[in-house]
Amino acid sequence: MSTEVAAARQAAPQDTVSQAEATPGRSQPYAALGLTAAEYAKIADLLGRRPTDAELAIYSVMWSEHCSYKSSRRHLRQFAEKAPPTDVLLAGIGDNAGVVDIGHGYAVTFKIESHNHPSYVEPFQGAATGVGGIVRDILAMGARPVAVMDALRFGPADAPDTRRVLPGVVGGISFYGNCLGLPNIGGELAFDPCYAGNPLINALCVGVLRPADLKRAAATGPGNQVILFGSRTGPDGIGGASVLASASFGDGGAGSKRPSVQVGDPFMEKRLVECCLELYAADLVVGIQDLGAAGVACATTELAAGGKSGMAVALDAVPLRDASLGPAEILMSESQERMMAIVTPADVGRFLAICARWEVPATVIGEVTGTGRLEMTWHGERVVDIPPGTAADDGPVYDRPVRRPDGQDALADDDPARLPRPSGPARGTELRATLLDLLAAPDGADKTWVTEQYDRYVRGDTVLAMPHDAGVIRIDEATGLGVALATDGNGRYCLLDPYAGTQLALAEAYRNVAVTGARPLAVTNCLNFGSPEDPAVMWQFTEAVRGLADGCLALGIPVTGGNVSFYNQTGADAIQPTPVIGVLGVHDDVRRRVSSAFGPAGASLVLLGETRLELGGSLWARVRHGHLGGRPPAVDLAAERALAQVLVAAAERELLAAAHDLSDGGLGVALAESCLAGGVGATVTLPGDDFTFLFSESAGRALVAVTPGCEASFGSLCAEAGVPAVAIGTTGGAALEVTGTFSVRLDELGRAYRDTLPVLFSG
Amino acid sequence: MTTRVGVVTFPGSLDDHDACRAVRLAGGLPVPLWHADADLQGVDAVVLPGGFSYGDYLRCGAIARFSPVMTELIPAARAGLPVLGICNGFQVLCEAHLLPGALTRNAGLRFVTRDIQIRVENAATPWTSQYAAGQELTVVLKSGEGAYVADAATLADLAARGQILVRYAGGNPNGSASDIAGVVNEAGNVAGLMPHPEHAVDALTGPSADGLGFFTSILRAVVAA
Repeated sequence: MSTEVAAARQAAPQDTVSQAEATPGRSQPYAALGLTAAEYAKIADLLGRRPTDAELAIYSVMWSEHCSYKSSRRHLRQFAEKAPPTDVLLAGIGDNAGVVDIGHGYAVTFKIESHNHPSYVEPFQGAATGVGGIVRDILAMGARPVAVMDALRFGPADAPDTRRVLPGVVGGISFYGNCLGLPNIGGELAFDPCYAGNPLINALCVGVLRPADLKRAAATGPGNQVILFGSRTGPDGIGGASVLASASFGDGGAGSKRPSVQVGDPFMEKRLVECCLELYAADLVVGIQDLGAAGVACATTELAAGGKSGMAVALDAVPLRDASLGPAEILMSESQERMMAIVTPADVGRFLAICARWEVPATVIGEVTGTGRLEMTWHGERVVDIPPGTAADDGPVYDRPVRRPDGQDALADDDPARLPRPSGPARGTELRATLLDLLAAPDGADKTWVTEQYDRYVRGDTVLAMPHDAGVIRIDEATGLGVALATDGNGRYCLLDPYAGTQLALAEAYRNVAVTGARPLAVTNCLNFGSPEDPAVMWQFTEAVRGLADGCLALGIPVTGGNVSFYNQTGADAIQPTPVIGVLGVHDDVRRRVSSAFGPAGASLVLLGETRLELGGSLWARVRHGHLGGRPPAVDLAAERALAQVLVAAAERELLAAAHDLSDGGLGVALAESCLAGGVGATVTLPGDDFTFLFSESAGRALVAVTPGCEASFGSLCAEAGVPAVAIGTTGGAALEVTGTFSVRLDELGRAYRDTLPVLFSG
Repeated sequence: MTTRVGVVTFPGSLDDHDACRAVRLAGGLPVPLWHADADLQGVDAVVLPGGFSYGDYLRCGAIARFSPVMTELIPAARAGLPVLGICNGFQVLCEAHLLPGALTRNAGLRFVTRDIQIRVENAATPWTSQYAAGQELTVVLKSGEGAYVADAATLADLAARGQILVRYAGGNPNGSASDIAGVVNEAGNVAGLMPHPEHAVDALTGPSADGLGFFTSILRAVVAA
């Protein structure tokens, strides 16, 4: 745009507060901004007049589903109401991220968030900015981000559109995360036709801080200055939170929403991270908020609402990349790599000097007032004057209709136990072929094609990463204090029973942390669902939330925060309900961590937990029969607790050479994975029906390799905790041998496991 | 007196933290050097760490090479100061013409993080004296633009003069010419490595501790000098 045009735009009369008072009847495009007529009327009611265009922009993004949680809020209260007693939570739901005290003078903050819609529209930038956004959330708590993870779900692996979306998403995460210098320590990769038009891109970040350095998003102290720093504001991502993330994809196709996707600059984010950490160390920050969804609108309203004092902002002071932007666009822009800080007048000089040292542009755009209101001007004219709490906290809350789907019983009755299973004289050959099939299926296959595009080594504190059950990061080099993190979700289980399915996801993440030897401590979640306006989806959602809240209470670990992503549907087709649960655990000394790789030969293998014939939603039913029905595996959270207790104690006493969680694909897949990870075979004798023991997905189980000489100690540990333990064999050799059933050499096993993703995506 | 090894932080440097730790574990004193200060603080050797200096804008290493610290470093390196560039640091040294050749996109066009084997080709340099010629090391490769290229005459010269420091063993992961993973200048004091020895200094957090030898080598060389 020419400078003349830009100047003309800037000089053009803007809708001001006095005009809003003078022209009550002027029509405004509230519907195009994603607001209903009732919501628009409520804004006018709160203000006692129609909103200005700039105010309308603020309310449209702040009251969007994405920012206001208007459909989920009344259900999410359960996480607080049913929270188990805990003394480790320093910040929780409602803050940018939960903060957990892990002892020895350290706290960690972690959170998982979705970037689903942008990543389908523009996979590379959508996924890249998803990483950038969650990293700034962690940074805003006062922490140094130390690692990221990502839980990814796509349409069928062989679908042409998946070949567009997956490499783009992985490339975006690789580009942004690697360039930021954050190790990527794990996550998930799954495929299902239900995600074809609605991939799930959930990014997690974990950060470390000293408890005393915790920062809050509050603009306090009248006279304190408001500083916007980081990238300049451009016309990217306008309405990302409202028109993109809070609506289903319709007939217009995803391409028409491309201008609502942001564009990332990880080099700026890296400087912003180091700059913020130096500002924190110099104690120059009174309050801070990252700019993510809803940009300046969100940061100003949340800081002002958090501080309860008031704030005045000159919107024309916001540095722009595009001089033609007006106040409403500046408020709604989701340009990346920006933060907003509250700084005392005396510290502004030092603050700006540190920003200059890191080559981070910083501008004073306003100050904290004592009026209690959020006021904004545009070249001297008042364009915003609202009580900030009305935008940040008092958005609409909906009690959406809930109805159990009609087909739910029929789905549960369609028991996969009726499906043909290997039998007769060819049974062994068939079981062998089944194992190779499950390992070669995109869901079961080696994920190295994806994970080797991520840097897992940077910062030198990664103790475990993919393909192990949890990522483990060392926090204190002197003591070995560290944390373990795992994310899990299973849309198939949740479709069959969202209450049980969510608890199974929670239990799996809990177990994945415990098999490394870490003590599970706290939970984050990213709840991915279809449209909340569909009562059947709302039923899935309410069941999932209830399941998670009850599950966390039973396991004694609190929910510290999370994210809800609705509208993951195209037309009437919603995704499977897919809550992704992240569990954080603590290692007192990461040197005692246990990996999933079988070590030297001669360790005895023990199967922990109870195995039943449970095939509903299993990898076997899906891969061998294309079947999804029946009930998911039974949940026994007391048994999960006992199992975790054994695993943690055994790691502490260094009784284990390896440990691996049993989940998708059951013991057969777990054995193969541990053999391949360590390059060591195993010989096992199954203690019952070989099909059931190989492929059933009963929960609450783990496979461990006991350090030679420690069998008796480990046995008594299991007996004391009441955890069923059966010795099934030993490690060694160059094959996985199931006595009396089949044997398969590791090189053949490895080919089946490793070839799938490269063949699909390296074209 | 403890040997002081400078580690430069450019905007976008990422492995500076790791390089400092490696120097410390080897027994040296890491000295952080800031890109905007034309001051080497009298260090005995310098490491240019991995990362994405200046966001890899223009070309990897192309902007960093003009930073104030480099205006001091380039003449010092020409005068014999030991300098090791790792990954992005190697790219900076090539851009600064302290090392021959250049680094380009991986043959597979994707970023690759992998535990790999490298073979020490020249163990008679200040950066490799603690290894034996032919020794194989397990270290980390993590780069998107790690393919070493040079014209045929340069490659022949490098081989003839012992300037090929390390080669990829057991497969070429990125299409580098002659399997070259690292080179050294003719004087032997300036070395560039595409793989990361600083990520292989402790088996707890890396694939091995094989990379520590680069750092113990230089400490020994400085003390002997």
